[in-house]
Amino acid sequence: MKDLFRGELVRFTSEEPETRAKAEVRWQRDTEFHRLADGDPAQLSSEKKIKEWFEKQAEGFQPKRYSFCVRTLAEDKYIGFLGLWVDLIHSEAWVGLGIGEREFWSKGYGTDMMKLCLQYAFTELCVERVSLGLHEYNPRALRSYEKCGFRLEGRTRKDGMREGRRNDTLWMGILREEWLQMQDGGHK
Amino acid sequence: MFDIQTQLFEGQDIRFGPIDHEKDPEIEAKWTHDSEFMRLMETSPARPMSAAMIKKQYEKLEKQIEEDKNLYHFMIRVKADDRFIGKASIYWIEWANGNGNIRLGIGAAEDRRKGYGTQALGMLLRFAFAELNLFRVTANVPEYNEGAIALLQKFGFMQEVCRRRSLERDGRRWDLYVFGLLNDEWRNRVRA
Repeated sequence: MKDLFRGELVRFTSEEPETRAKAEVRWQRDTEFHRLADGDPAQLSSEKKIKEWFEKQAEGFQPKRYSFCVRTLAEDKYIGFLGLWVDLIHSEAWVGLGIGEREFWSKGYGTDMMKLCLQYAFTELCVERVSLGLHEYNPRALRSYEKCGFRLEGRTRKDGMREGRRNDTLWMGILREEWLQMQDGGHK
Repeated sequence: MFDIQTQLFEGQDIRFGPIDHEKDPEIEAKWTHDSEFMRLMETSPARPMSAAMIKKQYEKLEKQIEEDKNLYHFMIRVKADDRFIGKASIYWIEWANGNGNIRLGIGAAEDRRKGYGTQALGMLLRFAFAELNLFRVTANVPEYNEGAIALLQKFGFMQEVCRRRSLERDGRRWDLYVFGLLNDEWRNRVRA
């Protein structure tokens, strides 16, 4: 069986609330990082509050929420996170990811994270579909997700506003059979 | 065209009103026993509900409106006899982006196809664009809800996204459409 938690560049881990809070406090101060990952106004939270939030998350298992921390294989450095929200009724998972450490942008780490995520979603969670949304001003993410097999399914027009300019949100999805086909192709 | 004096909550045959905690739960409980209605309104599993359960939902809803401040909810009533026939709401409002989601339903089968839904959507859009000053509104509709799709298209909504095979019902998978309408698109239509 394949290793679910180990890709070519990164591995999935679960870091302690304290470690996560310390990193989060640094990452949330990076406006560009926030705006690439999120559509809400940027906010600064205390280390204490963030730690309490992660502690609460650690309390119980929720069958609809899967959250991973990401470490590089080469340096064993904690660089980001990936989360899945599963709709158990309709067998669909939504994914969101972020790389807080800027020196690891544009080097294939995000693509490796997403490939691991799809393997987990389709072989462990066994969902029929994985979905995501991204901002149109994030072409790097678009290319990465396309590489992983996601298809662009449309755009909600001008539903974001940054720096006085309206922008679209792009919506992507990949079906189980599309992913399985890509895996077969890889073995040929 | 509308002006400051035009009533927001009064339509031709219907009006928007607040929840009546005494009378409404029993009526809405009846609607939930119609699985077709529930499947058109919700993507969560349909289940029949008692008046007591609906009552609790109303209390939760009013608490949420007060706390979250990103939700507006209206009961649709027939003007002639004040009868409760449906619900309309704007939810998940993102104030910084000027974006909100809408939903609308006429509960009883005998009240459908009488133009109440059209009037209610007209009033809801005016509230969204001329009172909340939203930049755009969004509506999510499963591909099998042909009535809703026709209604949205009548008001100029554009189908923006097709989320392929996102829902599972009756042993098969269905697409989910996302529709959008911008404030200036709405304004140009009501002016015309």
